[in-house]
Amino acid sequence: MDELGSVDRLGPELILLAFAGIIVLTDLVVQRRWLVVGGSLLAVAGSLIWAGTLVARDMRGSAFDGLLVVDNFSLFFAFLFAGIAAVVILASIDYSERFSRYQAEYYALILVSAAGMMLLAATVDLIAIFIVLELTGISLYILVAFLKDMRSSEAGLKYLLLGALSTAVTLYGMALLFGLSGSTSLDDIGNVVAAANDDTRAAVVMAMVFLVAGLGFKMAVVPFQMWVPDVYEGAPTPITAYLSVGSKAAGFAVVMRIFFEALGDRSISSDWSNMFAAVAAISMTVGNVVAITQTNIKRMLGYSSIAQAGYLVVGLAAISAAEGEFSLGASGVIFFLAAYAFTNLGAFIAIIAISNRINSDEIGDYAGMIRRAPLLALGLTLCLVSLTGIPPTAGFIAKVYIFNAAVQSDLVWLVIVGVLNSVVSAYYYLRVVLQMFLEAPASEERVSAGPSLGLAMAIASGGILFIGILPFLLLEVSETAARTFGS
Amino acid sequence: MLNTIPEAVVWAIFLLPLSSFVIISLFARRWPQRSGYITIAAIGISFLFSLWVLDSVIQEDGANLGFPTHEWLTIGSLTLNLGLTVDGLSAIMLMVVTSVSLLVQIYSQGYMHGDPGYSRYFGFMSLFTAAMLGLVLAENLIMLFLFWELVGLCSYLLIGFWFERPAARAAATKAFVVTRLGDLGFLSAILLIWTQTGELDIPNIQEMAMTGAIGTVILTWLAAGVFAGAVGKSAQFPLHVWLPDAMEGPTPVSALIHAATMVAAGVYLVARFFPIFSASEEAINSVAVVGGITALIAASMGIVVTDIKRVLAYSTISQLGYMMLALGVGGFAAGIFHLFNHAFFKALLFLGAGSVNHATHTFDMRRMGGLRHFMPWTFVTFVIASLSLAGIFPLSGFWSKDEILSAAWEDQRLLFWVALVVVFMTALYMGRAIFLTFGGEYRGGEAPPGEQAGHEAQPHESPPVMVLPLVVLAVAAVVTGFLNLHHGVTDLLEGWLPELALERATEIEFHFGLATLSMIFGLAGFIVAWAIYGARLLSADRLRQAFGPVHRLLVNKYYMDWLYEDQLVRRVVVRTVAGGLDLFDRYVVDGAVNTTAWLTQFSASRLRLVQSGQLQLYAAAIFVGVVLIVAGILIVNP
Repeated sequence: MDELGSVDRLGPELILLAFAGIIVLTDLVVQRRWLVVGGSLLAVAGSLIWAGTLVARDMRGSAFDGLLVVDNFSLFFAFLFAGIAAVVILASIDYSERFSRYQAEYYALILVSAAGMMLLAATVDLIAIFIVLELTGISLYILVAFLKDMRSSEAGLKYLLLGALSTAVTLYGMALLFGLSGSTSLDDIGNVVAAANDDTRAAVVMAMVFLVAGLGFKMAVVPFQMWVPDVYEGAPTPITAYLSVGSKAAGFAVVMRIFFEALGDRSISSDWSNMFAAVAAISMTVGNVVAITQTNIKRMLGYSSIAQAGYLVVGLAAISAAEGEFSLGASGVIFFLAAYAFTNLGAFIAIIAISNRINSDEIGDYAGMIRRAPLLALGLTLCLVSLTGIPPTAGFIAKVYIFNAAVQSDLVWLVIVGVLNSVVSAYYYLRVVLQMFLEAPASEERVSAGPSLGLAMAIASGGILFIGILPFLLLEVSETAARTFGS
Repeated sequence: MLNTIPEAVVWAIFLLPLSSFVIISLFARRWPQRSGYITIAAIGISFLFSLWVLDSVIQEDGANLGFPTHEWLTIGSLTLNLGLTVDGLSAIMLMVVTSVSLLVQIYSQGYMHGDPGYSRYFGFMSLFTAAMLGLVLAENLIMLFLFWELVGLCSYLLIGFWFERPAARAAATKAFVVTRLGDLGFLSAILLIWTQTGELDIPNIQEMAMTGAIGTVILTWLAAGVFAGAVGKSAQFPLHVWLPDAMEGPTPVSALIHAATMVAAGVYLVARFFPIFSASEEAINSVAVVGGITALIAASMGIVVTDIKRVLAYSTISQLGYMMLALGVGGFAAGIFHLFNHAFFKALLFLGAGSVNHATHTFDMRRMGGLRHFMPWTFVTFVIASLSLAGIFPLSGFWSKDEILSAAWEDQRLLFWVALVVVFMTALYMGRAIFLTFGGEYRGGEAPPGEQAGHEAQPHESPPVMVLPLVVLAVAAVVTGFLNLHHGVTDLLEGWLPELALERATEIEFHFGLATLSMIFGLAGFIVAWAIYGARLLSADRLRQAFGPVHRLLVNKYYMDWLYEDQLVRRVVVRTVAGGLDLFDRYVVDGAVNTTAWLTQFSASRLRLVQSGQLQLYAAAIFVGVVLIVAGILIVNP
């Protein structure tokens, strides 16, 4: 009975994995694109329904002898990652013609990595965390190299090698924690850390630093971000979008899980709060300053995603702002991740649609796009405005929320750095807007998005405006999710 | 009498034009004609709803209807609310904005006919109206400021509507930058009040001010900041310079800006904060003085310009100064009542000027003349509006101007005399405009674009879609003054004022003597205008020579543009600041760029020698990062 309950709780991930297998196998027999795409969308829908059922029937609880837990936090991310996967699949339909022979593998890998990301938010045991980290990582390495041209292969190789390195560093940190506590369960480790004396404290700090270094690779924060521009530029654009929101969110989910549950004790949390504050300030500044000089829009969004990771880390630093039963910083990160997912996906969808037609990622070639593709240009403008953090968009509320949490944790200096950075970022985000609205178009040929990209763009824009104008729903949800960790 | 209006309907008043903007910008590009209909329908319904609001407010004697405040967003201790202010003041403002906007939109269908930006025009007009309605209804400072800025943005877009013309671009930028100076003050005031009291809802702030919970010094600074914002938006001295240039936009836009939206926002803001101004003697006196100065200098400049729209622009500045003066001497209701009357006759004047332009293709009065024969409707309505503006009995301008004069008489005698001189000047420049435009013989106009110069064809009356709004507005310009015969409007407007602020408001009685005096001054202005420009008893050229220095001063707009643009901007800002930046750019930025370029090339050439060297660098960064973090933690917390 208990075993069955465990399997039930794993349902959303299992559906994705099962469909991934079915898609690859079916493709051996009948090669039909609509079957592959339909199958993957069906998988995501099934996963969403199952996750919804878990909520409706209140099936929260732990599974598989405490390896896995279904709580509000993991459920939030299950919905988020399923949503991201759905949009990425929609955005891939036109693009994937470039590698027509391996369609099934492409979509199957997206499903597998999505399952891995969901699990990253749900696992509470170091061994399990490590395995799902690899599951996510390896499927993404392949996806990055999927175009199999020079740049894509180079990007894939770089991603793989640096990923392997970061995994090793993570593993080192985990080993230290295991050595200290004799357990792989985050709960047990948390108890041991709380009882740490001066002798063991140094080891805990070292473990913490290694974990940040290893997982910082996934979050893409400075100085663990070096791979970002090269990989973002070389990867297939839908996969770049996927990396920039999915992989990043998964990194933040697992960091929150480990740091709040295993390292959440006051004696150590002030250390990592300071460390995150420093990382946040550097990431925001490096990302924004370097983004200014970029002429390739994918590279620019790569650096922008480093800066956005910096804003997110502000939330991790702001742990001492407690509001009742949850940390404002934690709920801020969760809220920001969802807002950012809509925003950045939207931006990439517009880029996919436009680049597909004009065959260029240069910002200069976006001149006069408002006349060639009015709806796409408007959508991209909305996304860039949201990334800058101007009302009435999701990005504005997310920034206000996280900066407010930082103010209440007495991190005023960090907020000043963040606000200055937002001003800097307005320059390069809005430069694209100016280019699209004011410059003369290079040609009069119209650029149009297909129905699938159009739908994806509509979802993203709708989300940005909905969260920006009526934020309470998502606020409530993220605060509920943040309650998982207490304050 | 209807039932009290439900809250949702009040929200719809500004959401309707807003949705019209969204619909037009998303879908209506391909069918420009429909954008006009959508806009008119949306604003028309808003107008009907505004009537309902007025009805409900009258039943409450102008008190706040007290709709609940909705919490929009709570982050920790910061709470942002959404709420509506519906009282006598906002009900009157809603009426003004929706009715004038509606008529302007109808007129625009004729005026903008065939313009390639037809759809864009109506989209922006919808947004402009929505922003102004939102501003009037906003209950807290954040919402108010948001709509305030949105109004500014829309005016920028509409003044620069024909952005291919350099003059239009320059005018739009000037309007945006100059008003932004005032907004800086407004924003500081908001930050000040929030840091001092933690309160953003206007009624609560006013209550605190009335009960003495906020110190007088803070109150004075708060009022000063709010007034700075109003000075920018309402084109008061010394920030009035943007409004005459704003004529570069399409004429119906000017009508809307001058009558109901943009510039009315500043007066509304001061009126909305009247309780706070009334608590600080310094603040309210400066409002009166600035208003008086503005009224005087703007009227004097209006006498010498030759562009009919610029005459009207200076007249607007002058009349706005009048309203500020009224608020400053405690004539709260008088000021807003004047705004109400002014909206109709000023919109009428602009639409009339647009109609004249439609026929003659010029705004230069020296090329018009004799148009009374060709455009009877435009002529008659324009004259009605001018008489109303000059305050001739029994037109609407007479009644509100008389109230302002009475209030000034009771409160500040000196300003009363200033106001009286302005009455004379107003009549003089309006008389001059009428005689130059409609009197005498036709002087040829200007060739329409695409036709040969020396266009001799007869000008003709504008199409009915343009004449109809003129007639409706003319009726309003005649009758609206009677509304306050029994102080109905005054009571309605003052219904929401707290007791203490009400004490500061000057009680206004009808003075027969004052009314006669102002009538004499007004008629005198018209007679002088007739003598010079109508009957030509006096030669305009002779007068110009006689008053040479004065004339030069006025034509050069008191040298204020010269002071701002040539001296302040070009000399100070461009030479020193930009010069410094240029040096910085040349040596520091370029130096850094060149160094980076050299470094990149150098490292690229090195890196080529070591295959995948970059990757090693990336990996090294990870380890350096780890070491730095550990070192950092050890230093901070050994």
